[in-house]
Amino acid sequence: MPISHGVSPGQASPDATMGSDLAIEAVELTKTYGKGDKAVRALSGVSFSVRSGVIFGLLGPNGAGKSTTVKILTTLSTPDSGHATVAGIDIRRHPDQVRRVIGYVSQKPAFDPIATGRENLVLRGRIYGMSAREARRRADELLERFRLTEAATRLTSTWSGGMQRKLDVAMGLIHRPRVLFLDEPTTGLDPEARAEMWAEISALTRTERLTVLLTTHYLEEADRLASHLVIVDRGKVVASGSPDELKRHIGGDSVQVELADEDWNGHAQRTLQAVPGVTAVTADGSRLRARVTNGAAALPGVLTALEAAGIEPVSVSVARPSLDDVYLHHAGRAFREADQAGAGRTGVAA
Amino acid sequence: MTTFIAHTGLLTGRSLRTLSRQPAYLLFTLVQPMVWLLLFGQLFTRIAELPGFSTDSYVEYLTPGLIAMTAMMTAGWSGTSFIEDMERGVMDQTLTSPVSRGAVITGSLAYQGITTVIQSLIMFGVGLLLGARYAGGVLGVGIVLLCAVLLAVTFAALSDAVALLVRQQEALIGISQFLALPLSFLSSVMMAPALMPDWVADVATFNPLDWAAVASREALTASPDWGVIFSRVGSLLALAVVMGWLATRAFRAYQRSI
Repeated sequence: MPISHGVSPGQASPDATMGSDLAIEAVELTKTYGKGDKAVRALSGVSFSVRSGVIFGLLGPNGAGKSTTVKILTTLSTPDSGHATVAGIDIRRHPDQVRRVIGYVSQKPAFDPIATGRENLVLRGRIYGMSAREARRRADELLERFRLTEAATRLTSTWSGGMQRKLDVAMGLIHRPRVLFLDEPTTGLDPEARAEMWAEISALTRTERLTVLLTTHYLEEADRLASHLVIVDRGKVVASGSPDELKRHIGGDSVQVELADEDWNGHAQRTLQAVPGVTAVTADGSRLRARVTNGAAALPGVLTALEAAGIEPVSVSVARPSLDDVYLHHAGRAFREADQAGAGRTGVAA
Repeated sequence: MTTFIAHTGLLTGRSLRTLSRQPAYLLFTLVQPMVWLLLFGQLFTRIAELPGFSTDSYVEYLTPGLIAMTAMMTAGWSGTSFIEDMERGVMDQTLTSPVSRGAVITGSLAYQGITTVIQSLIMFGVGLLLGARYAGGVLGVGIVLLCAVLLAVTFAALSDAVALLVRQQEALIGISQFLALPLSFLSSVMMAPALMPDWVADVATFNPLDWAAVASREALTASPDWGVIFSRVGSLLALAVVMGWLATRAFRAYQRSI
């Protein structure tokens, strides 16, 4: 049964009450850090639900409240108000039980650099109550699965960044959790390692039969991996649905015009706005984006108008709506801008 | 309870494994006490001739107190590994696993206790080489080790608690340095109680380092006064338990901050 259709920011999905098939249910979570003048509101009523066995994306710019949401769901932090269940267990009433069924891979590395890959995995297995032999067997299985077997007996401080990140994910899986939380799993990885990590993550729900909650500020990552996602902005859910649903919901195409010189963009923006069929124009540096109902039909008009105005674009292209458009539509600002603004703030609400 | 002990054991084991791969760290913590024992001890050799010292050999007088002082100073660094774990994702991962907050603390304290025993035995050895003789024998040495461990546990717990509260390496080291030197000079570690100014002797009775130093020296004499030893060891034990409990409570402050 598909849940969280369309856009219902700040409200629990009506399907959420239907129980057993939900891996995660968050209702009206709020959280403020600090007091008085220094208070930072990280979450102002976040609600969503995640069906079992899917990869669910929590997408948003830096500082949107993604990590705070994950910290609450993993029992690391407590919400000021609201409630949530993970694998059917109430996070506030039974945090101990929640901890047994979740895996948490935080943004920061959690492996021990002065231990080998296998030692890292075995120790985590033992912490979850496995016998030494069981932990070793499971460690070898995971090393094999993430293609780390060859390096298994080397100190992890000598591993590459991509391998270390895979080890962190493997450590989160050692006890066969039902829900795995991946907080920004590919931040800081080079493109090759990122592609590899994507392949691993998308295989997880097939082979480990678990639910994955993934936070990311990469639009492409959410688009590629998540079957459902919510877009979080300034501590609120602004949109939810599958990537396709979200794109379909805003409708139309966009015509992107790349200018040779940023100085032209005010003039060009006014020119584009006057073209019939163009509903909105946004500018991001030297790049302009015009929303149109049908890209192919609008293109000749756009080109003619630019030529008539004496503007020579570097390139003009038609694009199907992207998650970037979805974000722009719901949050009223371009994703990249919001991401940079968020990164400049203090890390507390990241 | 068995899970608690198992988790403590696993976390202590992790730290010991790290130490076994970086043994130089232990030597590093021994540099300062060696300077005290070899240089300070030699420079002030003749101080033991003053009436009020129970022994003629200053090194013999100094060794048990220095063992306690070293245990205290080394334990003050305990929280730095908490801060490293917090800066990395290790602490967060531990706190989202079934490991209890108490086990994280006891794991750290047990590790500190074990390294204190190793350090203390090395210092005893150096003392012997320098001519100190311990009439109290094996039992006496055992009590000195017990005092050193209890003192280490107390200060390691304090250091862990401060680490969870300030979450900053510089602040933690500053605070522990701020405590260590005054506590050392306001004690009988280097000077016989009978020869201290009265006010210092008064203050020293509230100083856990002094409790450990007094009990340790007493235990190494030929016929120890057990009343002196039991009262000091009892106080140290009580303080260690209170500090361990406080450190566990400090997790709340940490969790509020994340």
